[in-house]
Formats: sequence, structure tokens, C-alpha cells
Amino acid sequence: MLFDNYQPEDFFDEMFTADGSVRPHYRGVADALNPVDPGEFRNKQAAVEAAFMRGGVTFTVYSDAQGTERIFPFDCVPRVISAEEWDVVERGLIQRLTALNLFLHDIYHEQKILKDRVIPPQYLLTAKHFRREFMHFEVPKDVYVHICGSDLIRDRDGRYLVLEDNLRCPSGASYMLENRAALKRTFPELFQASGVRPVSHYPAELLKAMQHCAPKNFDGRDAPQCVLLTPGVFNSAYFEHAFLARQMGIPIVEGRDLVVRDFKVFMRTTAGLVKVDVIYRRIDDDFLDPSVFRPDSLLGVPGLVNAYRAGNVSLANSIGTGVADDKVVYYFVPRMIRYYLGEEPILPNVDTYLASEPEDCAFILDNLDKLVVKSANEAGGYGMLMGPWASRQEIADFRVQIEANPRNFIAQHPISLSRHPTWVDDRFEGRHIDLRPYILCGEKIVVTPGGLTRVALRKGSLVVNSSQGGGSKDTWVLRHGVR
Amino acid sequence: MPQPFSQEQVARHKQANIMLSRVAGSLYWMSRYLERAENVARLVDVNLQILLDFGQVSDETLKEHWLPILRSTDDEDLFFQLYENADSESVTEFLTFRPENPNSLFSCISSARENARQVRDQISSEMWEVLNEAYHFIKSADATRVWHDGASAFYDQIKRYSHLFQGITVSTFSRSEGFEFIQFGKYLERADKTTRLLDMKYHILLPKVTDVGGAVDAAQWHAVLRSASAVEAYRRFYVADILFAKVIEFLIFQDSFPRSLVFCLQQMDHFAHLIADVPEDEYRSPGERRFGKFLNNLHFTTVQDIIQQGLHEFLMEVQDEIGAFGSHLYNTFMFAPPVDLQAEIRFHQQQEQQQQAC
Repeated sequence: MLFDNYQPEDFFDEMFTADGSVRPHYRGVADALNPVDPGEFRNKQAAVEAAFMRGGVTFTVYSDAQGTERIFPFDCVPRVISAEEWDVVERGLIQRLTALNLFLHDIYHEQKILKDRVIPPQYLLTAKHFRREFMHFEVPKDVYVHICGSDLIRDRDGRYLVLEDNLRCPSGASYMLENRAALKRTFPELFQASGVRPVSHYPAELLKAMQHCAPKNFDGRDAPQCVLLTPGVFNSAYFEHAFLARQMGIPIVEGRDLVVRDFKVFMRTTAGLVKVDVIYRRIDDDFLDPSVFRPDSLLGVPGLVNAYRAGNVSLANSIGTGVADDKVVYYFVPRMIRYYLGEEPILPNVDTYLASEPEDCAFILDNLDKLVVKSANEAGGYGMLMGPWASRQEIADFRVQIEANPRNFIAQHPISLSRHPTWVDDRFEGRHIDLRPYILCGEKIVVTPGGLTRVALRKGSLVVNSSQGGGSKDTWVLRHGVR
Repeated sequence: MPQPFSQEQVARHKQANIMLSRVAGSLYWMSRYLERAENVARLVDVNLQILLDFGQVSDETLKEHWLPILRSTDDEDLFFQLYENADSESVTEFLTFRPENPNSLFSCISSARENARQVRDQISSEMWEVLNEAYHFIKSADATRVWHDGASAFYDQIKRYSHLFQGITVSTFSRSEGFEFIQFGKYLERADKTTRLLDMKYHILLPKVTDVGGAVDAAQWHAVLRSASAVEAYRRFYVADILFAKVIEFLIFQDSFPRSLVFCLQQMDHFAHLIADVPEDEYRSPGERRFGKFLNNLHFTTVQDIIQQGLHEFLMEVQDEIGAFGSHLYNTFMFAPPVDLQAEIRFHQQQEQQQQAC
């Protein structure tokens, strides 16, 4: 049997309990996979990889002059979440995004949360992505974050914790969709009577969220003209941009395809200029408009911010949302939930120390070899110190950086992430995983059931990022009443 | 306030399918590059096979064999920057694998795929997958192995990718503006390549005058026909011998054969009318009128006229016309001149200041 020699070891294993029995919501998967011959499993795994290569579901390795393209490694054993577990996660994510949108509205208007000293003002005012220029600016329907990807992990007890929020341009939704399609092609038998909730409506929901935030008039057309703005074909996430645009049936544009006239955004088509109403931008604030932000940006559109201010075009996400995914501001999200909603957070944060608080800072500096230290504004697993695994030199370097600029650092105890059976060297071994669900905010908040499960393929590694040896899995959320 | 840049017009009518100029350009180039790849594959394949008929050949003969091919594609100078001798291996490698040669099979397929990648949201997944597969196929092949394992199978595979792509395009791609750009690009490239094939013969130096009409001459015209996949179609029309006037007539005037010059030019005319949204028999812009006039003249030209004028001279003229019409269409519909970024930035900053001053 395929899972016969699998060892959960001393971790929280998603599929097996500590005594080695299969958890109830994984029984269908175990029953379907156990009889598969290892050779056949290997062939199917290879077939999926070939299909991804053929379909160009790849990312470009920047450091390689040959322009080598790699697939994002995919593991055929799905990660399964029971209906009851998901209910909690879903409620927690909706609660969190509701509070974050209220927070963004507040700090770009009255700043009550600062005046009431719930969050010390200096943290906000020193946040790198706080856009002072947009104080008192009205975003359509008061929605700041339309697309959110908050990373969840599970600790040794199986508790779901929020590791970080991604409120600018979270990526990976295309892999969620491609992974599902790939697994259906490879193991159709897994899906029979499995009761897996579909994810394929994500692009339609995304388009609805975009249309919801459209400016009031769109020149007598039936529907607002939506586009996806990409940095271009050389961006490592270009595949995803093209994929989502195709799924939504909207044009994918680059900065050079757009031009601003009379405070309106137009795209340059074969028939002349056509007005654009909503832009799903996959370009960070800094590069969006060289006449306002970075003047050296060749990716953006001069005048875009003027058009946005004039209310003639909507952006998803809005400008200035990055302030809320600053890792120092993350620390305060549970307080926001209590402050704005009067509720207890359903999904707790990971316990976090702020280097800018003198007491915390002393603790951090004394325990650098035991903690994980993160810069406030880095993503993708960069700017991070994994204390227990770091060299003396790395620890010394971080000590200097933290002392020089405490505002820019937080620290957390390393979490023993949950593990999942993963196909490595022709057998199953436990590997650490996380979960990035996709939350959309239009007329209401919708969480796609599932998301992207990322898996650290290197033995013992806790880093799941694709740039650092990570792979992914299809993520199943089961319907209620499925055994 | 005067604007520091040329004014583009707001679209007059509301389109059902909006197409970015950049997208139109990418579809056009995607199509042209793949058509070019197919033609190069056929050219190399046929010429390698001809050499087999010659038996043992001297270095000089080899050079005489390959040089006209390099000349017909205007690649002679580049070739001799990279190689000393023009022999079968060097020319094949140059035309197939060298990334420095923008017209090599590898460059053409890479460019076709790169253009497709820029418009992946516009084309069907099936179209993209064929180009992607072709790219990985040629990227993983290497010259020595192809040479040893039989070159013909390799070039056949390239041709098959091109044919597969055309078939998939016809059966999975909407008959919208995008389709028109793809077809226009394909026929323009094909028309151009047919003139170059015919012209190749001009560059071949026959050793003696008596060879004209002889066995070598016939073999060479046979090769030209094969390079255009036209041998079978030719035989169906002219059954017997391969005569040079007949070959010329067939490849230029046979309007039922999909690689003949006239067929390709008529298709270009047809799709250009669809793109410009102008009735089939009307020619409105100067570029359209020039091409219409040229096409009309061609209908009243005979193969004797061409031989009298000189085949080479005639073909040069045709290439000019094709080039001019291609540029006209490209500049009108596909090319969006880059904006002057600095001027744009200044303009919008001023606008914002005025706004604040109000």
C-alpha cells in the first residue's frame, strides 16, 4: 500500500493522527491512492509535470541568462480541509478583511484608531506604504482591498494562525485553478463522490468585484470596461496575468497601451482610443504613475493618478493598501478587529515581538538564535532571519540592522508548521505546508473554498516560497455531510 | 493647453471586440514568423536532399549549391561573419540553430512563441500549446544529433507544427479582427518567400550556357517547386516535363494553388479590406490604392512579359510592393508610436498643479 511506510513523526500531520490512523476527511483520498502502484504514481506525477511544461504554466528564472523556464512543482496528493474546519477559516477571513477595509478607510480619513491610542500613531506615520497624498480621498464603495491573500499556517496543535496579510497584489490564484484542473486530468477517480467544492468560479467572482467598484458613468455602455494591467511579459507572474485576463475575458494591457487624456484613461486599439473604467493592476503603487511616484518607472502610465483622483477610473486594489500589510501593522490587526467590530478575532495572529518596543527589542536581541526575524516590508521569503538555522555571521548582521532601524523589524517564535504526505524520491514523506486563500471584496466578501497550498519540498525546510524550493498542492474543501 | 504629442483619435464606433494595437502587432508577427520557419525548414530540407542525388561533390560545388540560398534571404554577409566555409553542415546549422541569425528556424520559432506569449489571453490554449511545444522541440534539439538521426524527420516535424498551428487556428479561433491580422501576416510572409524561392534560381550560376534546359537546370527547377510544396500540384496541371517558363507561370499565376504569388496577394488584399473595414472593391487610402493598382496590373501580365522584363527585376519590384503594403497596414493599425514619457510626465504634473490652483 502506497502509504504503508509513512511516518507522521512529531508534527501535526494533516492526513494522519499521531497514532498513525487516517483522519476521517482524508479517508476518500487514502482509499483511492493506497492501491496505486508506486510506478504508476511516478508516471502520473511525470505526466502532470509534462502537461504544465506544454501549457507553459511556468515561471522564468530571473538569474538565468538562458531564460530557463521552470514549472512550479506540483504534488499529486491533495490537501483536504473538512467542511467544519473551513467554516471557521472562512468566517475568520471575512472578519479580518472587513476590519482591514474599515481600518484603511479610517486611517485615510479621521484616524480615530490613532486618536483613541489603539495603535500608536508613530507606527502608521512611519509605515513605508502609507500614502499621505491620499488622505480624505474617497475610494468607490469604500472598498480599499478587493483582492486579498492572507497566508495561514497551522501549528503543532493544528490551530490555524494568520502569518501575514497580502493586500497589494497577491499572486498564485492561477495556480489554484491550474492545480485543480491538473489533478482532475491525472486522478479523475479521486474526485468521484469526493464532495470537493469547486474553485472554478474565482475569475467570474473577481470580475464581479471589479465591476462593483466601477466609476458611476461608463459612457452609455452596458458594462464597465475592465482591464488587467501587467508589468509585461518578462514579469515572473506573467503567466498568471494572462491566465486570469483570459478567464475573465478582459484585455491584458501594459503601461504603454494606456494613455491619459482629460483625466480619463484610454487604451490604444486598432480603431483608436477606447476608455477604460476599472484596472486590475498587478503593478505596485510605486510604479503605477511616473508623474507622481517613481519617475524612473517605465511600467506605469503618466497621469493615471490624476484620472484616479478625478474618479474616472477605479483601481483594484486601491492605492495605499500596502500600509496594512506592513508586518508591524500586522501586529495590531487583532486590536483592529476588536476596535471596529467589537468581536474577538476568530483566526489569531502568530505571537509577534516588535523591535521598536524597548522591552520586546531587548528580548529579540537576546534570543536572535531562537527567533524568526522579518523585515516589515519584504515578501517572498526575503529579508528574513531564521535564527535556529542561521550562521553566526547572519545573526550578527541582523543584530546591526535591527539596532540601526528597529521600526523595520518584527520577530516570532518559529512555528512548527503542519506537515503533509508529499511524493519525494518515489515515496511519501512529511513536508511542511501553508495555505494562501483568496478573498474577494465586491458587493460582499467571498472566500474561494480552498486556495493555494504551498509545500516546502526540501526536507525539514519551513520556507514554502516558489523562489526558494517550494511546490504546491491542490487544495480541497469538502461539502458538509461528506464522509 | 497644447499637448506635446500627436493626438490619437478616440474610437468613432463602439467595437464589439476591442483589440489593442500591440496585440494586433503580436498576432501579425506570430503568424509571419511561423510561416517563415516553415519556409526555411522546407528550403533546407529540399536542398539537403538534392545533394544526395549529386553523389560525391567537391567543396566548390557545395559552395555553389548553398550560396544562392544564403543570397536569396539576404543572409550572406552575416553568414561569413560566423563561418569561413559554406558547406552543408555550416549552412544547415546557420539556417536552423544559430540564434545570431534572426531568420534561423530557432529564431523564427522563438519569436513566434514570444509574440504568442504576449497575447496568450487572446489566442486559444491549443494554438499556444503548439507553439510552445515547437519551441521546446527545437530548443532541446542539437545540430549534431539532428545531423546523425536524419535531418528530414526533424524538418518534417517543424513543418507539421506549422500546419497543425494553421489548422488549429482555423478551427479554434474566432473570425474576428485578430484572425484577419493572423491571415494577413501569413500570406504576406508566404508571398515574400515565394518570390525569394524563384529568385534563388537567378543567383545560381550555371557552369555552361548549354546547361540551360539540361539535366542540372531541370533538377534545380524541380528543387524550387519542391521548396514550395508545389511538385504534385504542378504535375497535375502540366503533367510532363519541368520547364522553367511553366514553373514560373505556375508559382506566380496559378491562383488555385495556395502558395502561388497571385493567390497570396489576393488573400492579402482580401484580409486588408476586412481589417480596414472597406468594401472588397474599394481602395480608399493611398497605400490601398497603390496595392490595388499593382494587383490589377499583374492580372494583365503574362509569363512572357516577365521573362522579357527579367525575372529577377520583376521579383524585386514585387518584393517592394509587398513591403510597402505591409508597412502601410502595420503603421495604420498595429503600430502605436511610443509615447514621449518625459513629455507625458511634465504634462500631467502641470495639469495637476493647475487643478490644485483652482
